Amino acid sequence: MAEKILTPEVRKAVVRFSGDSGDGMQLTGDMFSQSSGWAGNDLTTTPDFPAEIRAPQGSVSGVSSFQIQIGGTEIYTPGDQVDVLVVMNPAALKANIGILKAGGTIIADSDSFSARNLKKADYESNPLEDGSLSDFHVIEAPATSLTKEALKDLGLENAAMIRSKNMFALGVVSFLFSRPLENTIKLLEKKFSTKPLLLEANKLALNAGFNFAESTEIIGASIVIPPANLPKGTYRNIDGNTAAAWGLLAAAENSGRKLSLSSYPITPASEILHELSARKDMGAIVFQAEDEIAAVCAAIGAAFSGNLSVTTTSGPGASLKSEAMGLAVISEIPLVLINVQRAGPSTGLPTKTEQSDLYQALYGRHGEAPLVVLAASSPDDCFFYSYEAAQIAMEHSTPVILLSDSYLASGTSPWRIPENGELPKINIPEFSKPAEEWEPYIRDPEFLNRYWKSPGDPGFEHRIGGLEKKENTGNLTYEPENHEKMTKIREEKIARIAKRIPDQTVMGAQSGKLLIVGWGSTHGAISTALTELLEDGEVNIGFAHFNYINPLPQNIEEIFAGFDEILICELNNGQFANYLRTKIPQFTYKQFNKVKGQPFFTSEIKAEIINTLTK
Amino acid sequence: MQTDVKDKTEKLTRKDFVSDQAVRWCPGCGDYMILANMQKAFAQMDHKKEHFLSVSGIGCSSRITYYLDTYGIHSIHGRAIAVATGAKLAKPELNVWVFTGDGDCMAIGGNHFIHACRRNVDLNIIVFNNKIYGMTKGQSSPTTPAGLKTKTAPEGSYETPFNIGEVAIGAGATFFARVPDNDHKLMEDVMMQAYHHKGTSVIEVLQNCVIFTDGIHEQITGKETKDDNQVILEHGKPMVFGKEKNKGLCVNGMKLESAKIENSAADILIHDVSEPDSLMHLALAKMQFPHHPVAMGVIRKTESVSYEKSAHDAIAREKSRTDFKNASDLFRSGNTWDI
Repeated sequence: MAEKILTPEVRKAVVRFSGDSGDGMQLTGDMFSQSSGWAGNDLTTTPDFPAEIRAPQGSVSGVSSFQIQIGGTEIYTPGDQVDVLVVMNPAALKANIGILKAGGTIIADSDSFSARNLKKADYESNPLEDGSLSDFHVIEAPATSLTKEALKDLGLENAAMIRSKNMFALGVVSFLFSRPLENTIKLLEKKFSTKPLLLEANKLALNAGFNFAESTEIIGASIVIPPANLPKGTYRNIDGNTAAAWGLLAAAENSGRKLSLSSYPITPASEILHELSARKDMGAIVFQAEDEIAAVCAAIGAAFSGNLSVTTTSGPGASLKSEAMGLAVISEIPLVLINVQRAGPSTGLPTKTEQSDLYQALYGRHGEAPLVVLAASSPDDCFFYSYEAAQIAMEHSTPVILLSDSYLASGTSPWRIPENGELPKINIPEFSKPAEEWEPYIRDPEFLNRYWKSPGDPGFEHRIGGLEKKENTGNLTYEPENHEKMTKIREEKIARIAKRIPDQTVMGAQSGKLLIVGWGSTHGAISTALTELLEDGEVNIGFAHFNYINPLPQNIEEIFAGFDEILICELNNGQFANYLRTKIPQFTYKQFNKVKGQPFFTSEIKAEIINTLTK
Repeated sequence: MQTDVKDKTEKLTRKDFVSDQAVRWCPGCGDYMILANMQKAFAQMDHKKEHFLSVSGIGCSSRITYYLDTYGIHSIHGRAIAVATGAKLAKPELNVWVFTGDGDCMAIGGNHFIHACRRNVDLNIIVFNNKIYGMTKGQSSPTTPAGLKTKTAPEGSYETPFNIGEVAIGAGATFFARVPDNDHKLMEDVMMQAYHHKGTSVIEVLQNCVIFTDGIHEQITGKETKDDNQVILEHGKPMVFGKEKNKGLCVNGMKLESAKIENSAADILIHDVSEPDSLMHLALAKMQFPHHPVAMGVIRKTESVSYEKSAHDAIAREKSRTDFKNASDLFRSGNTWDI
């Protein structure tokens, strides 16, 4: 047995729960996240589902996993490599052994390593017995049999008893991380409030696991992860899609507008549609359209009608919406499009993450059709950026595209719930003069926004549409000078939004040898890499992470000028790098790209930075 | 309080719905009739002027939104119904009218059309059917009759056309009417019936294009031939037609048949717009010249709850059930912890 790398008090740890699709690993992981939150740890999680709805039981393709990194320090990623791997069957071991750290801990349900299950996972011999795991610390926990033993008096059927073995595993892990069970039991009581028998079964299994770990002394010492130093407040775990949906609800409330969502189901964006469909209690008006085009067009109708109007999709759907986005641009109406990106083109890798719709967001329309592009960078800040997307759309009479991605959509992180009054106020520009002086295309002199008048406002009857409009009056005209002028006004309107967005900040060195640049969901991996390098004494590197893509913050040139080299890390072939080359051409941009349908690993970023520094 | 209904003293006239934009259709185009009748009908409706919304797609028909002094959206090709659906769902108190053509509605916009019919959104959809693409200058449309020569079928079209009524009723429309562009009284009457119907109302106007399909409806709508080639349906009345009102529709086996009314009119069908079973309405909508007179007027008008009403009822129900008073209550529900 290798020496354990886990010491009684550690700063952070990565745990991965893994089993068959039916083993309840997502629930187990979720409950462990919750108890970690209660313990004051910072955390980030990511699920890993099989692509098939029902893959063959016991097979490697049917393995479902949940990974969480917890820490007494700030945690930005679910971790590259795993410290503690919980495997409920041989297939789960096979699928995940490659990402277990040398010396890491395996907690295996030894009962499930039967000849039959070993065969399903293509093992020729039992890895728990053949010495192939000698680099790891293996805890054999007979979860199936001990769970059945613990539940034997409840009168449940065999299959029902076995279903509780995930709680046995959670009991073992809870002991390993010195977590008392009270809070977890409270969660179970909530979840099974109407099913007393199942509640009892799960409680018994949880306790059995905890007691097994404690009494067998199979775990030498349990681990304590101290609370992280997080800002004061009330927290909850949230995934990116729920956060995005809730940001919209907050924006609707703070603007006094009703929320209309018009969407068509698509992976990995559908959960926003699901969540808001369930939020009729908050007044959300949700339309599941017949196709992506109908969805964006209905959103345009709802926006014209005066609601905070949103459509959500992923890349292929965004392609279908592109003609209508042109209509939203020329008619200058407030509209939010959230693109939860996935790996493309076409169907691509629909469940995997990528940042390759940036060009599409920036340029994917016919004609000169500029709009605002924002990008969220963590599951919890999807809340803030969907709020801000809505705010900018309504205050500046423009469509806004918010880029999220599969990684943010399904990952979770603790979210500090904003206190009352903490969110920025939404001030929709009002036309203060009488209706007779109003014209559909007159503008605010500072920001050039139109004024948002909608059916129901007496005296403001007007027509919008896809044909070019005469400046101010909005009448149809083919005048050459007018078209050029309106084209420039629409461009300038977007450019002026740079005046209201925050300045770009830099983490680490404010000037020096190397500036790392990222945008969107790569924030976690890059900032973790940078933190580790700073702790290693590397003082010459800075990190600028972009959430405001178009327009860009105003102080970028100043930042870029302070560094010898600029390295742009993104999950595509260099789209942001090329964008910066056209926007700020005076600098040389190096690229680090990954297009594997996976997020960056911190280790990759670190290696690339070191490589760049030593070249 | 209902805020969308105008005060009894508030009288609007046709002129209130005439915009300041010059109308630019070809002289003699059937669209002028539709515009004039629409403006007249608008003036009779109960909604306040600011609650009117006109939505159109692309094509000659769709220019109409610029000529109607209401809130309006001249949207993109085929999508008027989708835009209108979003607007109506967002603000159910609006009085929403969609103007579209046979190409806009039945080709590029076909998907939205059938789904609107299925959902029963309270929209009034007027399909200007001139059986051709006019604005793009003479290509075949989904309603172009087989054999007609067009820019894209120079040797004559060999496609089977859609019958708009058949598609609408087949897709579940609760209201379908057909009118010729030259019968002002009938058109205005049908528009008002559509206005009062709670659900998707489809009105097909047989509209003449003076440039590309001039006279295409002539045998049905012409002065000399219309009495014999149209049957104007009225709810509760026998389906009779002909200059002398001496012909009627009856059922023969599985088919509709025109018959001379001799001594007794016993077998002549009585029109019932409200019959939920769509069988007879489909048969009536499908009647074509020269085998049958073409059915005009309201063919189908059945009772059903509109989509946006169901949606807002569900919202009201959920709002009354919840303990959440605001977003913050939602955010703080479930498993939270304090630091």
